Amino acid sequence: MNAAAPPGGVHGNLFALRGVGVRFGGARGVQALAGLNLAIQPGERVALVGANGCGKSTLLRLLHGLLPPSQGQLSCPSPGCQAMLFQKPYVMRMSVQANVALGLWLRGTPWARAKAQALQALARVGMTALAARAACTLSGGQQQRLAMARAWALAPQVLLLDEPTASLDPHAKREVEALMHEFAQHRPAVTLIFASHNLGQVKRLASRVIYLEGGRVLADLPVADFFAGNLLQTHYPAAHLFVKGETL
Amino acid sequence: MTTFADSLATALQLITSLDTELVAIVGRSLAVSTVATLVAGWLGLVLGAWLAVARFAGRGAVLTLLNTFLAVPSVVVGLVVYLLLSRSGPLGALGWLFSFKAMVLAQALLVLPVVTALTRQVVEDAQMLHGEQLQSLGAGTGLRGVLLAWDERYALLTVMIAAFGRAVSEVGAVMIVGGNIEGFTRVMTTAIALETSKGDLPLALGLGLVLLMVVLLLNALIAGLKRWRQGRESGSATPALSGVGL
Repeated sequence: MNAAAPPGGVHGNLFALRGVGVRFGGARGVQALAGLNLAIQPGERVALVGANGCGKSTLLRLLHGLLPPSQGQLSCPSPGCQAMLFQKPYVMRMSVQANVALGLWLRGTPWARAKAQALQALARVGMTALAARAACTLSGGQQQRLAMARAWALAPQVLLLDEPTASLDPHAKREVEALMHEFAQHRPAVTLIFASHNLGQVKRLASRVIYLEGGRVLADLPVADFFAGNLLQTHYPAAHLFVKGETL
Repeated sequence: MTTFADSLATALQLITSLDTELVAIVGRSLAVSTVATLVAGWLGLVLGAWLAVARFAGRGAVLTLLNTFLAVPSVVVGLVVYLLLSRSGPLGALGWLFSFKAMVLAQALLVLPVVTALTRQVVEDAQMLHGEQLQSLGAGTGLRGVLLAWDERYALLTVMIAAFGRAVSEVGAVMIVGGNIEGFTRVMTTAIALETSKGDLPLALGLGLVLLMVVLLLNALIAGLKRWRQGRESGSATPALSGVGL
């Protein structure tokens, strides 16, 4: 049911989902995702939006290979071609540089070379001066930038982000958002898929918006169409209510 | 009260004058418990970290059994080791009964479940919080266990200190397998039991005071470690462990 696709994917699709569902806890459990039919192409910037518990994080985990599908067919690039950023990044009790190097080392780069590459990645997020500092002493925004550097160092084809700015102050939010933008700009081939509750951020960063409700895709539109009130109101009333902030 | 005060005074004199017999018993006791903790610690850390991240059929039963071993009385461990090492036992040929090695084995078996169970808990908690992110970075099951255990090293050091405390303060197992032989297998706890039954309260009290100081020192170590760790994590600490390798 789950297959790693070659770069470029099947028929040009990076990710292809056909009737995919995810159920937690067996027959009496929770259906987190159901009947998903999606195709994501290289270079797209996809925003996943929807209320809490709608399945955004589950979908990201599924695409990243952290969860197997319970139903349907899924074709995706191997997890080695992807990197994922979480809402609260995990930093180990070691230096900032070592934290970035760890990601490379885990994917087979010798430690000495990984540390050198880590410095380059830290330079890209403006954290060279903090390279020797203990990572757990960084602020939330700095830790998220560290996670960005870790992802950057891996040179992924796909970057998945699970509400990366949700717990950050406005300044740190802007910094991380700028890095996401830079990520997309500097590497045209990189595909960004991110979950967000921040509709302004979605407008600024996404090229396509997928609206989820109850584990199902209710709207899948280019970003301009998603925020064009009339189309959404007429054809996707649930998504329209969500955008207006009237969905419970 | 006078007897207690006299005994206490004599005990303090024994300690301050570094009485030969007292020093020998204390040294032996610390040696047995240190070796036992190191042996059980090494094994328990590996086993506990693996149990934290591994998923296999019967894992629940293994964890229940492990938690049951936490409450096994030391005399029962002593009895089992005695049966194993006795002449007719499966390990009788080793000739370890009533020796330093027998006491180490008994104490190691006593603290192994403690180290394993607490390590499992510490690493599993970390795995629940961060395991997915390490998996996302490319760490397989075994490596996740190692990395999480390394990251929780301060908590695991506290586990080791607690295990040493359990080993050094137990009496039942070493009494049975060591035999409390003077100058050979007599340790602090068995000496206290013997001297009390003989009525030699000053030596018993002196040993008791040393034991108390050892436990006090261990608690101070744990508290100090906790404060040092909090200091590091709140930003007042020295930078990084980059020189350590990982």
